[in-house]
Amino acid sequence: MPGSQDAPLKTYLDHLARGELAYQFSPAAGRAVFYPRMLCPFTGSDRLEWRVSKGLGTVYATTVVHPVEGKPFNVALIDCDEGFRLMSRVEDIAPQEVRIGQRVRLRVHQPGGAEPPQPVFVPVEGA
Amino acid sequence: MEGLKRGSAAIVGVAESDLGEVADGISVTDLMAQGAKRALDDCGLSLKDVDGLFSATTQSRLSVLALAEYLGINPPFLGSTIVGGSSFEYHVAHAVGAIALGLCNVAVIAYGSTQRSVGRKQASVREINPYETPFRPFMPSSAYALAASRHMHEFGTTREQLAAVAVAAREWALLNPAAWEKKPLTIEGVLSSRMVSYPFTVRDCCLVTDGGGAIVITSAQRAKSLKKAPAYVLGCGQSVTHANISSMPDLTVTGALAAGKAAYAMARLGPADIDAVELYDAFTINTILFLEDLGFCKKGEGGAFVSGGHIGPNGSLAVNTNGGGLSYCHPGMYGLFLLIEAVRQLRGECGARQVKNCDVALAHGNGGVLSSQATVILGTQSTL
Repeated sequence: MPGSQDAPLKTYLDHLARGELAYQFSPAAGRAVFYPRMLCPFTGSDRLEWRVSKGLGTVYATTVVHPVEGKPFNVALIDCDEGFRLMSRVEDIAPQEVRIGQRVRLRVHQPGGAEPPQPVFVPVEGA
Repeated sequence: MEGLKRGSAAIVGVAESDLGEVADGISVTDLMAQGAKRALDDCGLSLKDVDGLFSATTQSRLSVLALAEYLGINPPFLGSTIVGGSSFEYHVAHAVGAIALGLCNVAVIAYGSTQRSVGRKQASVREINPYETPFRPFMPSSAYALAASRHMHEFGTTREQLAAVAVAAREWALLNPAAWEKKPLTIEGVLSSRMVSYPFTVRDCCLVTDGGGAIVITSAQRAKSLKKAPAYVLGCGQSVTHANISSMPDLTVTGALAAGKAAYAMARLGPADIDAVELYDAFTINTILFLEDLGFCKKGEGGAFVSGGHIGPNGSLAVNTNGGGLSYCHPGMYGLFLLIEAVRQLRGECGARQVKNCDVALAHGNGGVLSSQATVILGTQSTL
């Protein structure tokens, strides 16, 4: 018998495939929940609503990974305006130029092949 | 909730196993057994006295069973809480509770790792997190680097201040014959080393060594008649704030705040009473965060606090007196070594690195990516 509920990850990835960054909202807590799950970590409620982010956020923390082979790249934590945080990277600028507090906008990256799409960010122009 | 009773149990035996790079073919259970034997010898007990057994390692799925089998014992009380490098500080609290309830009387807590010999990838299973792994953070370094970036942003902490932590650890290590690193290190040397995950160079990151060891813990009553001066467990506290770095509520405040508060309350002591401070320094930012969260300086002032040699051998506060995970030894789950050093400092066994008049020592373990925090405060007979 199939399970009663889709995997939260599946719903999330289905949205990403459509170019959307989905998150959950907990009515009981009155706040966003990320990563997607079956229970609200603030209240224990199993009522979580799916919502789609407007895709605007602010860099909360940033690092530049220097692999032994290959070019340095950015890894950042982004605070989305809806009140949730996720790991991502900022593209279109040099990795060391990414600044905490910088305004960024979602761009869904399609790595191709079997790899699922990724929510990455680019600087908001003029911000 | 009544909780644990201050001074009801004591660490009576401590020992490292072989450290650094162990002989070919040595297993993690070999190292645990070697540590257990040495720690029992240290207090004059033997395997037949052991009725509680705890272990944690990343290289043996049912490690406490493997260890019991290896040692040929059938202890009624087992513990294998595994929460990363702070597992052993958790084990101490659990052992104190088990001893108080009469579930066991002599507990051995053991650890072993051959991560240097077999390679880090072999030593721990790489877990895929669909919300983090695609961005290729170099874990665990990048998680701590993200925390460092936030500390630098909020408080103006500098790379030089981070480097000062590594330099102090190295100065202590040079006084410890068992330390892996044998050469002096400068701030400039840290800054100019290979970049790993900004702001960390390889010198801001812990060593990758083999190693293990064990400690023996028993009731305060039994402790009195053993070979060496007991290190009484005065306080314990634990806190888990997250598992993955993207879920850490505030990257500048760790669970050490809550863990420390609970341990101080149980011990009826505060930061000013601590003579030797052993902090889990997987990365240079750890020492700064934990000094702040455990109340040795104010939040945001850790960078200034660690500078100018203040936490080195001639400084105002003795921190990581064995040389720490940065310069002494770091087999992946370093927390057991914090306890071993704290006990040795209380006994006055530390030779050139001995802290004068050391009556209270604090060991603070960290696990995961600043995730599981556990504090143990130990004291000599005079503190009871």
